[in-house]
Amino acid sequence: MKQKEITIALAGNPNSGKTTIFNNITGSRQHVGNYPGVTVEKKYGNVSYKGYKINVIDLPGTYSLTAYSEDELVARNYIINETPDMVVDIIDASNLERNLYLYVQLMELGIPLVLAFNMSDVAKASGKVFDIDLLSRLLASPIVKTVGHKNIGTKEILDAVISHMENKNRKKIGIKYGEEIESELYKLSGFIEEKNNDAQNPGSRWIALKMLEQDSEVAEKVKRETGESYSEIEKEVNQSIKHLKKILNDNPSTVIANARYSFIKGALAKTYRESEKEKISASDKIDKVLTNRLAGLPIFALLMWAMFQFVFKVGAYPMDWIEMGFSKLADLVSGVMPDGLLQSLIVDGIIGGVGGVVVFTPNIILLFLCIAILEDSGYMARVAFIMDQLMHRIGLHGKSFIPMLIGFGCTIPAYMGSRILEDKKDRLVTMHVNTFMSCGARLPIYILLVGAFFPRIAGNVIFSIYVIGIVVAILMAKLLRVTRFKGEPAPFVMELPPYRFPTFKSVLLHTWERTWLYLKKAGTIILAISILMWALFTFPIIGDNYSKDYNAEIASVEQSFESNEITEDEYQEKITAIEAMKSSEQLSYSAAGRIGRFIEPVFKPLGFDWKLAVASISGIAAKEVVVSTMGTLYSIQEADEESESLKNNIANEYSPLVGYNFMLFSLLYFPCMAGMAVFRREAGWKEMWFQIGFTLLLAWVVSFLVFQIGRMFI
Amino acid sequence: MFLNEIKPKNKCRIINIVGNDRVCTRLLDMGCMRGEEIEVIRVAPLGDPIDIKIKGYHLSLRKEEAKNIEVESI
Repeated sequence: MKQKEITIALAGNPNSGKTTIFNNITGSRQHVGNYPGVTVEKKYGNVSYKGYKINVIDLPGTYSLTAYSEDELVARNYIINETPDMVVDIIDASNLERNLYLYVQLMELGIPLVLAFNMSDVAKASGKVFDIDLLSRLLASPIVKTVGHKNIGTKEILDAVISHMENKNRKKIGIKYGEEIESELYKLSGFIEEKNNDAQNPGSRWIALKMLEQDSEVAEKVKRETGESYSEIEKEVNQSIKHLKKILNDNPSTVIANARYSFIKGALAKTYRESEKEKISASDKIDKVLTNRLAGLPIFALLMWAMFQFVFKVGAYPMDWIEMGFSKLADLVSGVMPDGLLQSLIVDGIIGGVGGVVVFTPNIILLFLCIAILEDSGYMARVAFIMDQLMHRIGLHGKSFIPMLIGFGCTIPAYMGSRILEDKKDRLVTMHVNTFMSCGARLPIYILLVGAFFPRIAGNVIFSIYVIGIVVAILMAKLLRVTRFKGEPAPFVMELPPYRFPTFKSVLLHTWERTWLYLKKAGTIILAISILMWALFTFPIIGDNYSKDYNAEIASVEQSFESNEITEDEYQEKITAIEAMKSSEQLSYSAAGRIGRFIEPVFKPLGFDWKLAVASISGIAAKEVVVSTMGTLYSIQEADEESESLKNNIANEYSPLVGYNFMLFSLLYFPCMAGMAVFRREAGWKEMWFQIGFTLLLAWVVSFLVFQIGRMFI
Repeated sequence: MFLNEIKPKNKCRIINIVGNDRVCTRLLDMGCMRGEEIEVIRVAPLGDPIDIKIKGYHLSLRKEEAKNIEVESI
């Protein structure tokens, strides 16, 4: 017999344990994706139960269904457009009144509902008593008691869903908003039906209600669907609102909200009793310490430091293993394949490229792990609470602190971590200034340059670069907030959920899915650009166009060695030096080298020559590569930031002003292409190009000013 | 008077929600209705935002947002 297929959606407040229940229902048969057109995460899965195939979608956690946030719009539009067979509203049983506010709005949508009173163990323990049967009748939906983190009640939810679906006598109840509003609703819905013949889901009464609440998204939709007649509808609505304001002495939206809560209070008055004593909960006690005026900040600083260490220090081990693994693979292939272009493409382009993607995964996994723990435990809200004063002053949100902090290690996990910001503008501004939190990969560049020019005050110079980065971030955040991202900041109003123990199963599942998505999506672009970079630095091939006959030189050195004129060590040294000169000429001859020379005029006013230009280009591939590219340019094989000969070369070629200026330039222009690939994924092409454009411009202007003004004094 | 003027460890009752649309809607969504009782618990270590207890749970909001809530002391 064919399985019957139904679709259910899980809705509920944030922190209600909805995700845990989703995991209980779907287990490992779940996936993470994106809703089209927005960066809201889409979680869906399925389960087979009693002859049904049940598709489950975990809607974003919301407190309400207004048009003000992407999450709420996604949740309500899914219900309206995809018409799931049932919506299960997951409620925190310790917080009924507020949780039921969402329930009432779901009721207004007219879909069949099942309620899950989650965390019912905590509610019971604190002395709360429910008359579930009566409440269920008053709310016209089945109610199931659950304890999500112990997987209690999961089957009962599915049973309730199935029996409620099969129930032919399902009752629907509606809220009455009071005589005055009801009469306006009746009038308006009739009017809307007249003008718009296909008033489908969820019906003209709901549309009228939303328009009285001045819901911008519904208004847009109605405008689109009714075209010319919209202005008439708008007029009627505005008249209704004006009329209601006068006779109610209040905004219709406030009265409507009041009516919802009255309904809830009425139902609870008959069915719910709290315990007499007002105990201080364990969570409150913990907050006394963690958000304490005195102890709060130091504890916070400690926890943030610990998180940073965890993500980057612990992450360094698997990163090293991955690098070693790829390096061995590269050696293996080099050994097996004949020398030549194909080998170079595979080893340098492809293996190097893929390695460049995979190497970030430990950081990303660890960061997501930390974020999941912070969110599940409830401490993430405290992070926002503690940091908001600082962040808000520069136009950001308390939560922005975390991606900014992570940016000091690497921008890739930082960009992905920016998802914790709910408001789009907050998220984008946080991402755009993240590059000024100098990432770990730029450090070798600084070390090389301070080693060459400022050996005795090395630490202070590098510190100054970091500080400048932070200052620039603050200034740019404020600037962006009054220009490109202007507009009212999102409200901070935020719940401080009770502290809870994180459930590791859901944390791990979640983290794995997100990481896999990174590998797939960002990976392909990074690989493509790696190959492009490889091509730029390899072609055209210098072939016979060397300035000297290096082959003859090599032959003569080999002869000297064979006739014992020089030792083995001297032989190795000479060969290495000749190879290095060859590499340098090849680099100059290549497309990258030519581009460097071509754009040299743009870099001259900054004090840079074509070699620094080429080094900056290589920094687009990865910041770590800048140092080795400079080594090649100065005919030093396998140079790193400690290399004495490279330092000497640089000190001879450039002035300290130029050296410092190059450090500034490297700080300010956009992060590596892997970062840009992730940026694009998180924010879209337009924002990515904006990031590239504005950071390049900023870097150029700042370096220009520093060099030109500096030159006058030094 | 307004909520931002209430000091920690004091209770008050909401008389009205005034002002800006988006913040007001959010406050209503979170249960800040006329007649609700609020207890101000604490101020964040850096001076803003504040932590209040309402409808049995903790809500935090910026002082500039608390200015939208007209209250009477109790």
